[in-house]
Amino acid sequence: MFWDKKIETLKRDELKSLQLKRLKKTVRQTLNVDFYRQHLSNARIRVEDIRTLDDIEKIPFTKKQDLRDGYPFGFLAVPLNNVVRIHTTSGTTGKPTVVGYTRKDLDTWADLIARNMTMVGITEDDVFQNMVNYGMFTGGLGFHYGAEKIGMTVIPSATGNTKRQIEMIADFGVTTIHCTPSYAMHLSEVAEEMHASLDSLRTGIFGAEPWSETMRHSLEERLGVTAFDSYGLSELFGPGVAFECPERNGLHIWHDAYLIEIINPQTGEQLSDGERGELVVTPLMKEAMPLLRYRTGDITMKMEDGCICTRGQKIARITGRSDDMLVIRGINVFPSQIEHVLLKIPEVGNQFMVYVDRVNHLDEMIVDVEINRDNFSGELADLARIQKKVVKELRDALELRTTVKLVEPGSLPRFEGKAKRVIDRRGDTI
Amino acid sequence: MDVKKFVIKQISVFSENRPGRLAAIAHALGEENVNILAFSIAEANGFGVVRALVDQPEKAYKKLSSIGFNVAFTDVIAVHMQDRPGGLYEIAKMLGDANINIEYSYAYSGKEGAVLILRVDQVVDAIEKISKSGATLIESSVFH
Repeated sequence: MFWDKKIETLKRDELKSLQLKRLKKTVRQTLNVDFYRQHLSNARIRVEDIRTLDDIEKIPFTKKQDLRDGYPFGFLAVPLNNVVRIHTTSGTTGKPTVVGYTRKDLDTWADLIARNMTMVGITEDDVFQNMVNYGMFTGGLGFHYGAEKIGMTVIPSATGNTKRQIEMIADFGVTTIHCTPSYAMHLSEVAEEMHASLDSLRTGIFGAEPWSETMRHSLEERLGVTAFDSYGLSELFGPGVAFECPERNGLHIWHDAYLIEIINPQTGEQLSDGERGELVVTPLMKEAMPLLRYRTGDITMKMEDGCICTRGQKIARITGRSDDMLVIRGINVFPSQIEHVLLKIPEVGNQFMVYVDRVNHLDEMIVDVEINRDNFSGELADLARIQKKVVKELRDALELRTTVKLVEPGSLPRFEGKAKRVIDRRGDTI
Repeated sequence: MDVKKFVIKQISVFSENRPGRLAAIAHALGEENVNILAFSIAEANGFGVVRALVDQPEKAYKKLSSIGFNVAFTDVIAVHMQDRPGGLYEIAKMLGDANINIEYSYAYSGKEGAVLILRVDQVVDAIEKISKSGATLIESSVFH
């Protein structure tokens, strides 16, 4: 099924000319942003220099750090009164990255989500429970608007209260769910304990964190759904950038809306189809916050053309990050955020180690931190207070509950050169 | 009354809750010829504090610090108990009646009878109250 068959199956030549037209428009739009005016002028590029799609290589990359430096509204290409919504994503040093949307942006975004859901056979007859955060995170409202656009019956259940979520699935006859894969696993276990039936479920949309094929099989068996991988990031609207079709062998990325490149993250060189590297995206339909060659940090590759469903070229499922970002329960975490928090707490040292485990299918993060030699009173109660303080400060900064372990001063590894402070033990376990 | 002579220096050592930490502390004190008179371990979430009364607190402090342990001195007081059934009750009742709030406590029974070691929040105040209550405080010179 297609939401917009013409655009989804555009022939290569037509697609390229549409992309070029939209790329030129996007470059022009970026001139409303001080950063890009400077960026392009430093690289001695004028809008007229973009004559073919290949000319994009002349434009330098945009990095996440650039967006952070523009906090809060430095990347808006329209006046604030044309911005109808703001979302944010976690930043590495406490300050989030701001993304803005015009009314047209929201419409474009909802349209892309509608394409994805229609592609996997979801229709207005479906009942959709959206079990992700509805706040600043783009996953909640993004899917909500797309599903409403299709005309589905939408239940904005958000996160938390798993028992109630399960009751709603049964009582409302929910057919389609969207959540993180780890939460889906948790849901299936709680349902089992409750002896609740999830018979009405048919489709599961899972995203916001990496998940394996083993996990897919397990989720399908336990929930009775067909599971689809969803990819997106707030800087590119949010979810809806790429999505699996019923073939479930790679994700279709919407080439009319996103011009993609795969690069060697070290050299910045473009890679060919089939070669794994970092995904770089130039969104082609964004008004409020246009970006040029945005480095997503996500590792994937372009797959061979020619999917049975006749849509455009796919990318492989994301296999990792080119930077040190961690995704814990769907939330992005940079080790530097943890460092930043610890620097503000004199009772503990600045060295730390992070261990990530999956316990009962939910991500758990343990942070080992040294107590400060000069701040030891000898009292257990004071230590417990310090432990609580670190937990609270981390929760405030990361929006994530962590387990903090106080360790002896000098006992954590010191690194020369690149520090390896994160041990991710989640592996391929389910 | 010179209350200071009743103030005893306990050493408190931060320790992770993992095998071998106590052995490391005990070995270091043994090497320095420091005798441990009493000790206890208090345990919290993944870590603990080893508390000890030793004959040479300064020497113990120096040695443990030098091998990386985080050590602090804590002021405690010691009260003599009768080493027989009901002995603890007598003392505990006196402390209760004297309105002394105990943060933590541990005990040992030695050559000169049983001793209750107390950590209280107001040390001087507690010493005065305990003396009035009729209980026998033990001077720090008995330990070090």
